[in-house]
Amino acid sequence: MVAYFTEIFNGLLSLFIGMGITFKEFFKPTVTVAYPYETLTMCARYRGHIELVPDEEGNPKCVVCGLCEKACPSDCISLAGEKPEGGKKKELTKYNLDFTRCSLCGSCVESCSFGAIDFSKEYNLASTRKEDFIFNLLQRLEEKKK
Amino acid sequence: MRLTLINVVIAVVAAIAFAALNAAYLVWAERRGAARIQRRPGPNINGPFGLLQPPLDGIKLMAKQLTIPGGADKAMFIAAPILAMFPAIMSFVTIPFSDTIVAKNMNVGILMIFAFASMGGMSLVFAGWSSRNKYAMMSSVRAVSQAVAYEIPMLITTITVVMITGSMDLMEIVRQQSGSILHWNIFPVLGNSHNLLMPFSFLIFFTCTLAETNRAPFDLGEAESELVAGFHTEYGSMGFGLFFMGEYANIVVGSCLTTILFLGGWNCPFGLFPGVWWFILKLYLLIGTFIWIRWTFPRTTIYGLLNLSWKILIPLSLFNLLFTAGLLKVF
Repeated sequence: MVAYFTEIFNGLLSLFIGMGITFKEFFKPTVTVAYPYETLTMCARYRGHIELVPDEEGNPKCVVCGLCEKACPSDCISLAGEKPEGGKKKELTKYNLDFTRCSLCGSCVESCSFGAIDFSKEYNLASTRKEDFIFNLLQRLEEKKK
Repeated sequence: MRLTLINVVIAVVAAIAFAALNAAYLVWAERRGAARIQRRPGPNINGPFGLLQPPLDGIKLMAKQLTIPGGADKAMFIAAPILAMFPAIMSFVTIPFSDTIVAKNMNVGILMIFAFASMGGMSLVFAGWSSRNKYAMMSSVRAVSQAVAYEIPMLITTITVVMITGSMDLMEIVRQQSGSILHWNIFPVLGNSHNLLMPFSFLIFFTCTLAETNRAPFDLGEAESELVAGFHTEYGSMGFGLFFMGEYANIVVGSCLTTILFLGGWNCPFGLFPGVWWFILKLYLLIGTFIWIRWTFPRTTIYGLLNLSWKILIPLSLFNLLFTAGLLKVF
């Protein structure tokens, strides 16, 4: 008989404790991020597709050594450069990334001794056309410069 | 008030409008409340605070085709959703919102509400039986055992209150609770019974209201993790809409009844300015508690549900009935 009433009492008490917890949660601020309207800042080690790193003047740091092209296991990168008249260094004229084949291994970033490429924080990359994933990184850098 | 045609029409329109508006906006309140408890924003896109969500949901439901599965019992299949909504609207006939706002007060008001409430269980059985669907069938079997188990303690508790007041007239029950909070049936220190067990009586009645309206944690009839959608598995369009609205209308009726029987109806806790606003305030606090409970507790098992009723609620409410009878004899 005592066990019967203790069970009822403890059960009832636990129900009220539970309701107390949800009551407290009710007044706390929401934690959901309403995604298309607001976004979180991406974490520092996030690997997006690669992009060219600009120097102080906004020009690419790249010296067209072609190590990244050779390091890439999937043949994603194709770059070209030429020496301008009177200039000492080669200048980048083309840097294309075929993101459809990239596996984000990071060998290109690792191989670059000049710190000229890095992972971007881009993740909104949905498209129905394959061509949208062949990026002209040089053009992207110039657009960023403006 | 004389019973003229215009009065009747106004009362019917008001009852249906009140039930339908409540049903629509309680869905919104439920979703917002659930979201707050789970720390989400909830529906907030359509209109300010998502207030346009219920009408848009209604339009979507009305635009859908009403399909009747092959082999279903057509007449019963169509009757079931109407039966879910109709008792709730009928109950508003006799529920007094204040000493002037009542469609038709009767001296057997409680009896009438319980008579109609018992039809709510029937709608679940009709829907489950006529759908020709094994999940719906299982659900209606559960609904029957649940309705039988929880109507008993609910009625015994109501008899306790009726014994204290000596009347089945809802207006009279509220009138006897007038005065401060200490006169109310939930804690009647200054009332005529002095029964200090009444708070437990209130808890029993409230639990039974939860079970009778098929609300979580007693929504065994529509346990979506086991029975798809229970009795309304085969219903789409406004058939489903009526079941949904019926559920919320029943919640409003249950909360109205709890307010009248235990919380002093339209009386103020301090005995000041009695009026319909106190009734509305208590009503929505109770409905808020319904929502709060739904998003706090997980669903019980069918054994837990029946054990709670037959082993705990019925013996306790019977004891309380005897105890109250004894106290009424002594004082």
